[in-house]
Amino acid sequence: MAKQSSTQKELAQLERRLTELEGNSASGGQVKTQINELKQQVTALREELVGPRGVWQRVELARHPQRPYTLDYIKLLFEDFSEIHGDRHFGDDPALLCGMVRFHGEPVLVVGHQKGRDTKERVWRNFGQAKPEGFRKALRAMKLAAKFGRPIFSLVDTQGAYPGVDAEARGQAEAIASCLREISRLPVPIVVTVTGEGGSGGALAIAIGDKVNMMENAFYSVISPEGCASIMWRDATKKELAAEALKITSEDLLAMGLIDEIIPEPEGGAHRNYQQMGKLLDEVLVRSLAELRGLSTEELLARRYDKFRRMGRFFQLA
Amino acid sequence: MAWFRRQKKGIERAASEESKVRTEGLWKKCDGCRQIVWKKDLDANLSVCPRCQHHYRINAHQRLELLFDAGGYTEHDAGLASTDPLKFVDTKPYDQRLKAAKKKTGMQDAILFGEGKLAGRPVQIGAMEFAFIGGSMGAVVGEKVTRAAERSLEAKLPLVIVSCSGGARMMEGVVSLMQMAKISAALARLDDARVPYISLLTDPTTGGVTACYAMQGDLNIAEPGALIGFAGPRVIEQTIGQKLPEGFQRSEFLLDKGFLDAIVPRKDLKSYLSNALDFLSP
Repeated sequence: MAKQSSTQKELAQLERRLTELEGNSASGGQVKTQINELKQQVTALREELVGPRGVWQRVELARHPQRPYTLDYIKLLFEDFSEIHGDRHFGDDPALLCGMVRFHGEPVLVVGHQKGRDTKERVWRNFGQAKPEGFRKALRAMKLAAKFGRPIFSLVDTQGAYPGVDAEARGQAEAIASCLREISRLPVPIVVTVTGEGGSGGALAIAIGDKVNMMENAFYSVISPEGCASIMWRDATKKELAAEALKITSEDLLAMGLIDEIIPEPEGGAHRNYQQMGKLLDEVLVRSLAELRGLSTEELLARRYDKFRRMGRFFQLA
Repeated sequence: MAWFRRQKKGIERAASEESKVRTEGLWKKCDGCRQIVWKKDLDANLSVCPRCQHHYRINAHQRLELLFDAGGYTEHDAGLASTDPLKFVDTKPYDQRLKAAKKKTGMQDAILFGEGKLAGRPVQIGAMEFAFIGGSMGAVVGEKVTRAAERSLEAKLPLVIVSCSGGARMMEGVVSLMQMAKISAALARLDDARVPYISLLTDPTTGGVTACYAMQGDLNIAEPGALIGFAGPRVIEQTIGQKLPEGFQRSEFLLDKGFLDAIVPRKDLKSYLSNALDFLSP
């Protein structure tokens, strides 16, 4: 079973104490005030978790400018990083990077979106929004890893695929479609972690895998809350409502069975303590890889197929 | 209290509605060439303007009738319906939108699958219905396409999907997004087994549908003048802060950029598919 987030744990603890106190029939005035206080805390915590404002805070945490990005995790978790550039057709996309690394001594491939730290780098990296050449590069590198039997770690953090003229002209849709189809049958273990923003097709293009984990404050959505608000409410300021309605938090996705595990974050979010975040991620990656290691290629691919095959509920009418 | 009250009844209005000569719906101003076209001419020409060849959108049922032989087809998975997984409410609850769409189209969701014969060859064809919440793809469309791919795999039956969609269905959130993964994996198996799959893109095909099965065919073909893209034109205009050039993201543009195998006019579709399936089948 997956781990609960720290806020959820706190909530569960408070709820337990509340039922304990309420069960205590011989309750004096002091206990009653304690119960009331606890009740208030519980409502506040619930609001913090699932209300529009709470969800929006999570979105802001996922987009925090100091949040660790792929290159930070590469420094924290891996050794001997050497980047693989270019899609061999058009160019190199700095918004999505791939590289050979060693993970506890073992060669693996890392693929991940990369946002910039300062304005100059942000523009250069196109705010982590990949273009077709980025997706084609990622697929090329992943096929290379598959050819030599190397596992793949994918780190997802993007607003979405770049919606621009040049990206369209070079086949953004075709690039993503190819990633989806090809990655679904790559014969090596793939562990996906949504580290920040899981923005629609641009995220999913590198988010098909045997295990899909999400960091506690990351979100994963079919459309940005702003985009949804401007389409459905015709008002971009309704983004908080949209964020809540879209059910995009790690807890929501786990509850719907769309991800496998939530990776807890340090107190206050991943940006507060890089070292600790790195350790927490490392632990999950080690465990995930060990689980997948025991499977034959046939089992691995059959399980991957079934994993996504089960997603989505519907009614069967007579 | 009124001082006076009308004693006699006023003159009754004649029931004029029926006596009028109906002209509405007989003629149509073409969206392409702005000429007045007789509706019957348009219908007889497969909803393509006889003057400028503007291809009008046709519904899913018309599409299947157009492509299948006279013997008709048997429908698959007609009874799959959405559960509203997120209980999504924006300005209007999603289940109300679903009800309205079902009433409007007579379908349970935005895609229709049939099995029958095309030019004498057994084939499975799916057609999307744009009138059903913009032809959007949620769990039901995802499941129906996946099942179709699995049926085709099982029976080695060629698959044709006619896309007409705004993309993933927002009201089903990440569940819709994951359908892209589910379908892609099923189509990959079809690809491995060398069962032919042809994707036909019609106006409009955008978003998650283009970035999934619409672009994963052994052949990806389109009708003339169809809007095809990943991001919609309005989103791109917002991103770049400029108006887009005429013809951007139209079939002809995509052909020029190398992303379509062919542009096929509606009247030639059947013969094209028949020839293509001859080539693709062992």
